[in-house]
Amino acid sequence: MKDRPRIQDFDWILLALVGAISLVGLLEIYSCTHASSLAGMQWKQLMWIGVGIAGMCLISMIDYHTLLDQAPALYGVGIAGLLVVLVIGYSRLGAKRWISIGGLVNLQVSEIMKLIIIIVLARYFSEVRTERLTLADLAKVGALTLIPVGLILKQPDLGTAMVLVPVALLGIFLAGLQWKHLAVGLVVVALLVPIAWNMRHYLKPYQQQRIETFLHPEDNPRGAGYQILQSEIAVGSGGFWGKGFGKGSQNQLGFVPVRYSDFILAALAEEQGFIGVCFVLLLYLGLILRLVDNAQKAKDRAGMYIVMGVTAILGFQVLVNTSMVIGYMPVTGIPLPLISYGGSSIAFAFLALGLVMNVRMRRFVN
Amino acid sequence: MSSWNVNDQRIPQGRLTLFSYVSVACVIILLVGFWKLQVIQSGHFSDLAQKNGIRSIPIIAPRGAMLDREGRVLVDSFPSFSILLLRDNPKLIQKYLPEIESGLGISREDLQAEIDAARTEPRFMPVIIKPEASEADLAFVESHRSDIPILDLMMVQRRHYPFGEMLANAIGYVGEVSAQELEQSNGRYAPGDIVGKAGLEKEYNDQLEGTDGMRRVVVNSVGKVVRTLDNVPPIPGKPIQLTIDLNLQQVAEHDMEGKEGAVVAMDAHTGAILAMVSRPTFNPNDFAVRIPPKEWRQLNTDPETPLLNRAIQAQLAPGSVFKIVMATAMLESKAIPPTYTVYCPGHATFYGRVFHCDHAHGVVDLHKAIVASCDVYFYNVGKQLGIDRISYYANALGLGHLTGIDLPGEEPGLIPSEQWVERVYHHKWYPGSTISVSIGQGAVMVTPIQLARMVAAVASGGNLVQPHLLKDDPNVKTIRFPISQNTVDQITQGMWGVVNEPDGTTAETVKLKNIEFCGKTGTAQTMSYELQNRLGKHVKENGWFVGYEPRENPDIVVAALVQGAGWGSFVAPIVRDVVEAYYDEKNGLAPPPAISTAEIGSGVARSASSASHSLVVATEAAGAPEAPAEAHATDLGAPRQ
Repeated sequence: MKDRPRIQDFDWILLALVGAISLVGLLEIYSCTHASSLAGMQWKQLMWIGVGIAGMCLISMIDYHTLLDQAPALYGVGIAGLLVVLVIGYSRLGAKRWISIGGLVNLQVSEIMKLIIIIVLARYFSEVRTERLTLADLAKVGALTLIPVGLILKQPDLGTAMVLVPVALLGIFLAGLQWKHLAVGLVVVALLVPIAWNMRHYLKPYQQQRIETFLHPEDNPRGAGYQILQSEIAVGSGGFWGKGFGKGSQNQLGFVPVRYSDFILAALAEEQGFIGVCFVLLLYLGLILRLVDNAQKAKDRAGMYIVMGVTAILGFQVLVNTSMVIGYMPVTGIPLPLISYGGSSIAFAFLALGLVMNVRMRRFVN
Repeated sequence: MSSWNVNDQRIPQGRLTLFSYVSVACVIILLVGFWKLQVIQSGHFSDLAQKNGIRSIPIIAPRGAMLDREGRVLVDSFPSFSILLLRDNPKLIQKYLPEIESGLGISREDLQAEIDAARTEPRFMPVIIKPEASEADLAFVESHRSDIPILDLMMVQRRHYPFGEMLANAIGYVGEVSAQELEQSNGRYAPGDIVGKAGLEKEYNDQLEGTDGMRRVVVNSVGKVVRTLDNVPPIPGKPIQLTIDLNLQQVAEHDMEGKEGAVVAMDAHTGAILAMVSRPTFNPNDFAVRIPPKEWRQLNTDPETPLLNRAIQAQLAPGSVFKIVMATAMLESKAIPPTYTVYCPGHATFYGRVFHCDHAHGVVDLHKAIVASCDVYFYNVGKQLGIDRISYYANALGLGHLTGIDLPGEEPGLIPSEQWVERVYHHKWYPGSTISVSIGQGAVMVTPIQLARMVAAVASGGNLVQPHLLKDDPNVKTIRFPISQNTVDQITQGMWGVVNEPDGTTAETVKLKNIEFCGKTGTAQTMSYELQNRLGKHVKENGWFVGYEPRENPDIVVAALVQGAGWGSFVAPIVRDVVEAYYDEKNGLAPPPAISTAEIGSGVARSASSASHSLVVATEAAGAPEAPAEAHATDLGAPRQ
């Protein structure tokens, strides 16, 4: 029995997978932007990865039990932060998401909330001693999740708000759901769908438009449906082998929307073909399976919930982003983790992986 | 340790394994999706991708016209062609650059600069390399369609100012949207868009600006247009009708030729601007295409500041025109009896310093003080009123703050006060400064439009109109500052005397038959006598004249400023010409031919100058002028002299 976590206990296989995925991202960002005014973006991304790795090491040093102890305080700080954003946060591109700290660092509180919700729900589920959750448990989990979801929706940031939900759903599944609750839940969802459909008029116009676009892309192929159609054209024209690195006409001529971020997989699919997509998706599958393996080997139930919370968010992001690129889901603005360009997204992914390392390093520790 | 369940080691292995299977299934489903697109439908999407040379060619919406009050066109737009460079294929650009360089006569550096400037735009958006193509340029593009496939033509709308420099400072000009405007526009503008940059073009940009249309064409791999996808027609900008009267404007422009200064003519009841001239000026047509950087620098650094709209932006000492404010303050504050008289020996000493007057006026009452513009009289008035009272009335009459005219960049001028001196110079107000302020010198600064509004307000019993250029502007409001009838009578009779009495400062040179033309001269030093002596040179004074008709409750008020004119009386003929043209137009008379022939204004000015010197010994005019209110009607058809 060892008493202290050591660097050798890092999950090197997991790190190798993360490194490979990040490298794919850097290369594709380079390919997308090298011939435009955005040239050099890959270096910024690399800088963020460096920052992310440092953050990952840092977060893995603090015993996750300490973090779980502080869960209520963290939750309070997170909610307060979201309220502050709504009151004094500054707007960019029509959404209030940022708090400016000293005018230098623009803090996107909702990204931090993702980490906090993982810890808070892990703490809650680990306190449950019954084999299956009671109705009261479900209500509490629902409330804990929906308060930040509501606040983030208010910014408005549908993408980030959605990402919190699978943490709760996967947690409920792992903690054990009673059959009758599942049945009632399904009935409620079945009833809610038509109501939600009628509520769509209360969505922001751009959100309505995204849903309309998703349902009827052919109505306005040059307008809002443009993004989905252009994405499909880029993906489809890539074929089995792809057009080659830096040779995707749709990508290079700027037909692929936000080709270095949300639609980077479309750019990759055009240039690297089906083979390239297979490679990337298998890397992600490897990542998920490795994360589940970590959960299964966790020292305690709380650690398992932390690892699965991270898995839920990363897996959900991959699923939704990939589906969007091939037109299976509407455009929601969820980036592809570790590949899409963006400081917040990269920072979150590495910090979340830091939590996983944290749990793994302590599996033999008393 | 913690109160919560730390040592719970139940790991739901089964459920975790189930999750792994679900993940594998998800990836398989996604890969099936990619397989469908990339393998099964690959051909279909490859076709679409090939055709996906969708090129958007904007169809520029024409800007709205500007009309004068009668609907005559002052500013218009006309279609012309711009030459576009298609950027889909960077290799082709480099290949054809030499040919384009020689064919269109654009230097390689300029071409490269245009291409670089558009780097952030998607590559299927072309760049404009020649904004206004000549016949020869059009021929070159048309004849090389097949061998230089990266050139195209776009019809655009150019701003056209048929009268050139006329009204230019009020109209302003248009230009390409700046990087800063682009950022603030929230995606409304694209690089190269034309927006109003100054004057009315800027003020009413939202109305004037149309919405550009868009033609989307499908091009093949070599950039040739295969077919038009859709055509969204542009929505032209809305025209605006101005309060400007083209005739009066032309009269005023003519009289100001070669001078430096401003003229503003205003409907005294409504504040509608009938004419607005600022000299020196510029030709907005020079901006309508794309102004070469060199010319732009020249316009901006020209010491004569042609881009300044002097009518609203020149802040200068009003000189004796300010005596109207003094007279109003004196009568309305009742601090000094209306019968107050002063003996003027040609100078006076206050606080140990000698202040001059133009002449030794002898015994002067208020009427004579206005008519002959006696400084000594108003020195004494000012001393008794004190700076705070003067400042109060000047502010109440609209000086020292914006008139609210619908033009960008209006200046507020400055009315000094004790507070102001303490705030800016951190010392107490020197009582001697009040003496200078009393004759519109010292720190007092006004704009021509403020003076026109002030005189109209006094003559109308206290209606401070809001000057405006947009006809039927719903936002125009009049501020009331009631002035008693007695005050109005005394001051307007004085201003009648300035023009119509033999010892008036204009010495009857601008009298108009049948028209109750009144006004006040102002001659403002731009440099103190002491400074001029020290520098050993004489700087000519700025001349002002603010005139109006009829004497009471006027219809039109005109303020004119000629910088370096020497005397306010030299400026009076400009105002007279505008007032006369206004009167003739109102009464259906043809404009007298004298106005359209050259030099009438300056000729009279010269004779006026000699006359003003002979005024030194002129006797006091008798009593109040008669007010021939009915004279207009009775003498309507009579031939004019």
